[in-house]
Amino acid sequence: MKRFGLISVPYLWLLALFLVPFLIVLKISLSDTALAIPPYTPTLDLSAGWAGVREWLSGLDMENFTWLTEDDLYWKAYLSSLKIAVLSTIFTLLVGFPIAYGMSRAPDEWRPTLMMLIILPFWTSFLIRVYAWKAILSQEGFLNQLLMGIGIINEPLTILNTNTAVYIGIVYTYLPFMVLPIYAALERLDESLLEAAEDLGCSRLTAFWLITLPLSKQGVIAGSFLVFIPAMGEFVIPSLLGGSKTLMIGKVLYEEFFANRDWPVASAVAVILLLILIIPIVLFQRNEEKQREAGK
Amino acid sequence: MSDAAIATAPAEFAPWEDAQATPLIRFQNVTKRFGDFTAIDNLTIDIYEREFFALLGPSGCGKTTMMRMLGGFETQTEGTILIDGQDVAPVPPNKRAVNMMFQSYALFPHLSVAENIAFGLKRDKMPKDQIAARVDEMLNLVQLGKFANRKPHQISGGQRQRVALARSLAKAPKLLLLDEPLGALDKKLRQDTQFELMDIQETTGTTFVIVTHDQEEAMTVASRIAVMDHGKIIQVDTPAKIYEEPGSVYVADFIGDVNLIEGSVTKSGDDHATISWAEGQQDLIGIAHDEIPAGTRATLAIRPEKVNISTERPADMTNIIHGKVLDIAYLGNMSTYVIETPTGQHIKAQAANTRRIRRRAITWEQEVWLSFTDTAGVVLTS
Repeated sequence: MKRFGLISVPYLWLLALFLVPFLIVLKISLSDTALAIPPYTPTLDLSAGWAGVREWLSGLDMENFTWLTEDDLYWKAYLSSLKIAVLSTIFTLLVGFPIAYGMSRAPDEWRPTLMMLIILPFWTSFLIRVYAWKAILSQEGFLNQLLMGIGIINEPLTILNTNTAVYIGIVYTYLPFMVLPIYAALERLDESLLEAAEDLGCSRLTAFWLITLPLSKQGVIAGSFLVFIPAMGEFVIPSLLGGSKTLMIGKVLYEEFFANRDWPVASAVAVILLLILIIPIVLFQRNEEKQREAGK
Repeated sequence: MSDAAIATAPAEFAPWEDAQATPLIRFQNVTKRFGDFTAIDNLTIDIYEREFFALLGPSGCGKTTMMRMLGGFETQTEGTILIDGQDVAPVPPNKRAVNMMFQSYALFPHLSVAENIAFGLKRDKMPKDQIAARVDEMLNLVQLGKFANRKPHQISGGQRQRVALARSLAKAPKLLLLDEPLGALDKKLRQDTQFELMDIQETTGTTFVIVTHDQEEAMTVASRIAVMDHGKIIQVDTPAKIYEEPGSVYVADFIGDVNLIEGSVTKSGDDHATISWAEGQQDLIGIAHDEIPAGTRATLAIRPEKVNISTERPADMTNIIHGKVLDIAYLGNMSTYVIETPTGQHIKAQAANTRRIRRRAITWEQEVWLSFTDTAGVVLTS
């Protein structure tokens, strides 16, 4: 009984903060828009008893999901989000792996400091940091001034309000989520494994390829999912750094909710996004489980 | 056994006594410093082919550094290391015909037992069928055929140790380095594995250099032992010589149990020396190959099992000590007696328990005589 009480806490938490909101969103996605508060019908009228419930149920339909397949804006936005999320995950990996590797090879007394530097940005508001990138990337921004100052370019580059700025923003924001799991995997790596590989005829480079990389695989997978999953639904970065051509599902969702005030369609977009993300989330969980088993 | 059989018995393996033999490994005035710390101090030593050479010493004595220099993981600060006549200073670890078995075994956790063993062979671009044959051969050698497809975390510690050995032997190295190879095993398994190691060394004919802090292990497996301390080799000899005739008090004390009796030399010569050590006690005679001037302070080192204990004064023994039983430690197969002399010194004697404990003749507080021959102990001046 006591054990049951203990496990029930996280489950109640999930029920209240995840499952119930999801069911509400799911219900709205099956409703129709209406000029009312809340802006959809039908609403459940419990005072009418069974007849009310039946009427409420008969008012729900799949119309909004059909609509999503009819207008090509939506699937294009999903695809574009997928592409941006995949590419930025790859970029984050390319930047993050060397950082994690360097940290794991650094002298012991440096590591807490390096770790601190990775986590430090979290102490400032995420919005402020994204705005700071606007100042860095704009036409008259610090980056262009620097590059022109040292004579690499003659005319300022247009970075802000393009997809490039979105990639930079995502890589910057999610870098710690990539670095930390990879660092955890590399730090556990026994130095003598690399010596053994060298002893058996490997060069340093082949030892890295045959030992370090495979043994950090779990960390790379975990980090990639931690970047990919939130990047897929990212809204703040594309809306602040991206241009009008940047198409991401998070932005579409925002516009449906607030500009169009079409809650049912917005909810349908959100439900589909969640269904798309369930696949990588399940894969991520499986990777975590495998890692736990191997660690035994 | 007939006389003919004795005559045809193979000559004892002792290349270090043969002036013609060329050593496989030569350390020539090798010094290794880490910052201010001198790990190896001007060390010169030869190790011969097919030897099972043990580096023995307390932790921090430099034995592991010596091994890592042979493996190519450290480079000496001064001096030369020759392997098979070649100066190995510029040769990286992956280009040396030397393999190492690591203390942690360093098995690759993501590869199966067979893949671990094949790892070095693949780097040599050996044809696939030859690799498979060699891996099978190695698995048979260490009796792990059934575990070829297991991952390292799915086998026991003793099995992992054998995989590590098989992996390091797979490339048929000229020289195999073993860093505390049995340190992680429990005592019973360790003893079995020691004999297995010796068998494997004999079958493969590989030169083994083993690093250990366990003197029993070194005594069991090694053809020669180098006792090290503070980056220097104190003595290099066969296990028997190290035990029977240690060259210094340090070595005598480091290996096994020993009585150290201090005194001053009264007479020396003819391979023996006599020391006077306590008032009212007879002088003691022990082996001393070099002549020691009379009056020199010296220590007689005598092993407890070479000391006889009797309740009556023995008639015909050279060395006799009189005292009283202070303590008896019953070890099962033998007992150790601690005897206190009238001048307050403690001397240990060991006797096999050939009789049941209740019939034992010697008991606490009893007056006893200890005795040993004139070749049982050694007189040491350092």
